Amino acid sequence: MSEETLLYIALFSPIVSSLFAALFGTVPKRVFVGVVTSGLIGLSFLSSLALFIHLQSGSGVVHVQMFDWIMAGDFSVPFGFLVDEVTVTMMLVVSLVSTAVHIYSIGYMEHDKGFNRFFSYLSAFVFSMMFLVMSDNFLGLFIGWEGVGLCSWLLIGFWYHKHSAGWAANEAFIMNRIADLGMLLGIFLIYWTYGSVQYDVVFSAVSEADGEILTWIAIFLFIGAMGKSAQFPLHTWLADAMEGPTPVSALIHAATMVTAGVYLVIRANELFALTPEVGLFIASLGAFVAMFAATMALVNRDIKRIIAYSTLSQLGYMFVAAGLGAYWIALFHLVTHAFFKALLFLGAGNVMHAMNDELNIMKMGGMRKVMGWTAILMLLASLALAGIYPFAGFFSKDKILEVAFDGHYYILWATLWITAGLTAFYSFRVVMLVFFGKERYKDFGFHPHEAHDYMIWAMVPLAVLAVIAGFFEHQFVAFVSNVLPVYEFSEHTHHMVGQLILVTSAIAITGIAIAVFSNMFREGVFSSAFRNTILFKLFDNQYYIPKIYEEVITKPYMELSKVFWEKVDMKIVDASVDGIANILRSTGENTRGMQSGNLSYMLRWMAGGMMLILLFAIVYTYSDVLLNILQGVAK
Amino acid sequence: MITLEHYIVLSTILFAIGMYGVVVRKNLLMLFFSTEIMLNAVNIALAAISNHYGDLTGQMFAFFIIAIAASEVAIGLGLLIIWYKRHGSIDLETLQSMKG
Repeated sequence: MSEETLLYIALFSPIVSSLFAALFGTVPKRVFVGVVTSGLIGLSFLSSLALFIHLQSGSGVVHVQMFDWIMAGDFSVPFGFLVDEVTVTMMLVVSLVSTAVHIYSIGYMEHDKGFNRFFSYLSAFVFSMMFLVMSDNFLGLFIGWEGVGLCSWLLIGFWYHKHSAGWAANEAFIMNRIADLGMLLGIFLIYWTYGSVQYDVVFSAVSEADGEILTWIAIFLFIGAMGKSAQFPLHTWLADAMEGPTPVSALIHAATMVTAGVYLVIRANELFALTPEVGLFIASLGAFVAMFAATMALVNRDIKRIIAYSTLSQLGYMFVAAGLGAYWIALFHLVTHAFFKALLFLGAGNVMHAMNDELNIMKMGGMRKVMGWTAILMLLASLALAGIYPFAGFFSKDKILEVAFDGHYYILWATLWITAGLTAFYSFRVVMLVFFGKERYKDFGFHPHEAHDYMIWAMVPLAVLAVIAGFFEHQFVAFVSNVLPVYEFSEHTHHMVGQLILVTSAIAITGIAIAVFSNMFREGVFSSAFRNTILFKLFDNQYYIPKIYEEVITKPYMELSKVFWEKVDMKIVDASVDGIANILRSTGENTRGMQSGNLSYMLRWMAGGMMLILLFAIVYTYSDVLLNILQGVAK
Repeated sequence: MITLEHYIVLSTILFAIGMYGVVVRKNLLMLFFSTEIMLNAVNIALAAISNHYGDLTGQMFAFFIIAIAASEVAIGLGLLIIWYKRHGSIDLETLQSMKG
């Protein structure tokens, strides 16, 4: 099969799957909908795999142009797709995680009324994400960008009858729109500067532009990335997005969509490489978010929110690497993170399913006895997340720390180092509270049970990859180095690598140990002294940021909207429209008397009207003569 | 010497008389007379102007109008007689059966 066909299959089988499921959108659950969509997404994965093998054999980048898309004057955008090493990596991750999540969802959504609808949305998301990563121009990327935003909105608000779900969906959508404005401005600037939005055209001419414009382009593009990847200050939507079904959280809000921002920075690496000051800003913000999110995860009691904050934190890590120019390391962490984070979320889904959608980890405990497989899988994922050798997270996270150290950004390094400890602590806090210790769920009358076998099996490939992916580091570098610049460590760092790994592993293990011991002795409950500290309150209330947004933005906006509604809309817009209607109506009311049915009167009106029209005709015809006469009178 | 103006003035006066009749009279028969006067006022004007320009079209039109007026009167009087037989009056005030 030709590469072009493979590309089309990889891209379009998800949309076929989505449309197929949509046919059954309004009818009750049909299991075959889940099976067929999973199969089609799996087909997309196989095509991606074939493309990967094609690229691996060194046969070159696949670049196809389906047709001319936008042609307006000098502006021309073809409908083209590009599969290079970076794209195929993303495609593999997206399609693999999607396949696992699709299969998993057949079990997870089995009692849901919207079973078929769910698969339609989920496949539509996969299509948008594939479109996003495969497009060969910024405009196509933007279409995919908006597509994933739309699907995210649909899926967060999947249980739309719940007020909180609808609210969270809107929050995510609106926050992303704010960031997308920045992204659009960036794309406009790119077109304005380079006269094209094609990657190859733009990147080959990237250094020709003025430095200041380059900086602005980088800033605007990064604002877009900040929204999609939920970086501070646009991060609040991600935790609230956990209102959606858990497979959605695994696929969209952990493994794929939120990494689109990182992908954008990696894709536009030529551009960001020329703006090191923006890169440093990205790295600093990333390190800040890494720590900021980890602290919020420390004290939360909601299993999904903790994992969501850890996603936020790991995205911060990726941005540090991307900002400091180590693009392949960012991509590497993106890949390993996708595996273990999806696994973690699917495990959390199993737990939730067993606990009738209970999210509070304080009500769980000791569940390894009833759901052993889930416990093992979650434990593996947590070890990978904490960065313990030989799990995948160890390799990628450690590389990021080395990069920060290598660039002499010791503050960034220290922040990330402490965060590594926090990460280990909170991920094992979850594991301990959920799977070990006293069986608190019995007090609350829950009867947990293990998930279906095929759900566990869907998770197994992810688990295997979460364990072994790290060992393919060197192959990975060799593979992506065709597209991405290879980050060269200095001699100095090279000697220090051993110590760095030791120090990082030490803090991770310490974090785990604290989590384990505190759970043994205290059942994971924080001491009341700690609970009363300002720090705890800050963490527990998410630094009061949602509250601040509520007070500073939402409420004034509401007030302003009210003013506009009452004063402007009702008093001016509505009043003028109503006024016109009233004039017409009252004219009708007042002249209704003419239609008396009396022929004599009607003849008089007719004669009068005719005279009037004649008069107008005369005045119009002789207007200049009349004007002359009037002027004569005035003199 | 009788010029075009004389004809036009005559036509205007006749038209005004006819119009006045239409507006003021209540008797349906009188209305018919008034409309006939108006039509003939127009005929005079058409014939006179046609003669003035040496173009026969206007006179042709006058003939058409005479023909139409004749048929109109024939139908109109027929209707009028039926109306009178039914209602015993041809006063306009009584013609209000379609009032909404």
